[in-house]
Amino acid sequence: MRELNAHTVKSFDDDIALLRSIISRMGGLCEAQIVGAVDALVTRNMEAAARVVADDARIDALEAEAEALAVKIIALRAPLANDLREIVAALKIAGVLERIGDYAKNIAKRASVVAQAPPIGPVIIVPEMARVVVSMIRDVLDAFVDRDVDLARAVCERDRGVDDFYNSLFRSLLTFMMENPHYITPSTHLLFVAKNLERIGDHATSVGEMVHFAVTGEHLTDRPKSDDTSTYLNKTTDDTGFSDEP
Amino acid sequence: MTEVSGRQPETGNAAPLKIAARNVSVFYGAKQALKNVSLDVSSEQVTAFIGPSGCGKSTFLRCFNRMNDTIDTARVTGEIRLDGRDIHGPDMDVVQLRARVGMVFQKPNPFPKSIYENIAYGPRIHGLARGGAELDEIVENALRRAGLWEEAKDRLGESGTALSGGQQQRLCIARAIAVDPEVILMDEPCSALDPIATAKIEELIDDLRGRYAIVIVTHNMQQAARVSQKTAFFHLGSMVEYGDTSMIFTNPVQRRTKDYITGRYG
Repeated sequence: MRELNAHTVKSFDDDIALLRSIISRMGGLCEAQIVGAVDALVTRNMEAAARVVADDARIDALEAEAEALAVKIIALRAPLANDLREIVAALKIAGVLERIGDYAKNIAKRASVVAQAPPIGPVIIVPEMARVVVSMIRDVLDAFVDRDVDLARAVCERDRGVDDFYNSLFRSLLTFMMENPHYITPSTHLLFVAKNLERIGDHATSVGEMVHFAVTGEHLTDRPKSDDTSTYLNKTTDDTGFSDEP
Repeated sequence: MTEVSGRQPETGNAAPLKIAARNVSVFYGAKQALKNVSLDVSSEQVTAFIGPSGCGKSTFLRCFNRMNDTIDTARVTGEIRLDGRDIHGPDMDVVQLRARVGMVFQKPNPFPKSIYENIAYGPRIHGLARGGAELDEIVENALRRAGLWEEAKDRLGESGTALSGGQQQRLCIARAIAVDPEVILMDEPCSALDPIATAKIEELIDDLRGRYAIVIVTHNMQQAARVSQKTAFFHLGSMVEYGDTSMIFTNPVQRRTKDYITGRYG
C-alpha cells in the first residue's frame, strides 16, 4: 500500500475519491450479478435469471458516470504522474467491469434456456468456478482502491485456477455430448457459461495489471496462459477414432 | 550528475552536448540560492526547469549567460562550459557570450524603438551586417523565424511597444535570434500571455528546437510537458531530479518531484 499526501486543492482529492467509489460500486454489482446468474442457472430459476438480465443496466449507468467523471477530472485538473495513471486506469477498469457485467447477463440468459433442458451433472462445477472469479474481482478492486500492488499481482496469479476449472468443464461437457446427443443443447450453453466465467477471470487479471501500472508506473510482465482447450481437437479425435487424416 | 539519483540517460540520444554545468552554486550575499547543481544541456532539444518559486531555477538559468554578474551581491561557484569552453574563463567576452546565449524574459521588453530597430540593434553592434540590405535581410529572417513577419512586415517603422503582448514576446524572440545565438534561455516566456499567444510561442519553440539549444523556465507544468524533451525539477536550491520529460511527468522517481507535479506540494 502506498500512502500519498493530500492535494493542495482538496476538491481534486474528492473527485478521485468519488471516481474510486463508483468503480467499487460497479465491482460490487458485478459480483452480485455473477453470483445471481450462476445461482439462477443451478436452481433453474427463470425469474431470478430475468432479474439479473434487467439489472445489467445499473452497471452500464455507473460506467457512464465513471467515464464522465474521469473525463471531467482530466479536463479540469490536468492530472500528472500517478494521478494520471490512476484516472486512466479507472477509465479502463470501468470499461472492463461493464464487459464483465455483460458476461454475467449472458450467463443469466443462458440459464433460462438451460432450465428448459434436461439437467446435466457438470453444472455443479460452475458455482465453484464462479466463486473464484468473484473473489478475483473483489480483491482486484480492493487492490485498486488501496493501491495494493502485491494483492493485484496475487489476483493475476489466481487466473490459472480459473483456467483449470474451464479445462475440466470443457472435457466433461465434451464427453457428455459425445455420449448423448440430447445433452448437446444444455452442454453447449454450459460451455459458453464456462467460457464467460473464464473470460471474466481474464478481465480481472487485466485489471490487476492496470492496477500494477497505475501504482508503480511499470508494466507487469506477461503471464503464461493455461487455457489449453484450443489444442483439444487432435486429442479428442484421437480418442474417438475420428480424424481429419484420410 | 552523480548527486542526482534518477534514471540513466537513455541510449541513442544523439543530441550534441552544448552546455555542461558542474557543481554550480550561487550565493546572494550569505544566502545560498543554488546548491551544487550539475546538468548537461544538449543542442536541438528543449530543456525545461520546473519547481516552486524560490527554488533556484531562474538563478540557474541566469548562470548560463552570466546574467548574475549584473547583481552586485551575487557570487557563482562551480564550472559552466559552453562547447567545452569555461564561460568564466579570462578569455571569455561577456558581450560575446550573451550574443551566443540569448535570453527572453517573462515580460516582453521591447526597446522603445521601431520594430525594425528592435531587431537590427543587436546585429549592428555585433557587426553582423555590412550594409543596409544585409541588415534588412537579417531583420526579415529573424521576424520570419519568430513567426512575426506576416504581422509586422507592413509596420516595421512602428514602435515595438505598439504590438500586442504576444507579438511583443515574439519580437523579443526575434531580437534574440537576430544575433545568431546557439542557446536561447527563456524565463517564463508565456506567463504574461493569453492562451492563443502562448500556443504561438510554444509552436515557435518547437520550430526553433532544431536549430538551437533551448532552456525554458516555466511554472506551467503542462507547458513543460508539451515543449520540452528534458525536464529538471528544482526544490530549495537543489536539483531533485533530471530526466526525459515523458518520464518526469508520467513516472517520476523522486517523491518530491511527484508531489510537486501532481499538486501535492505543501
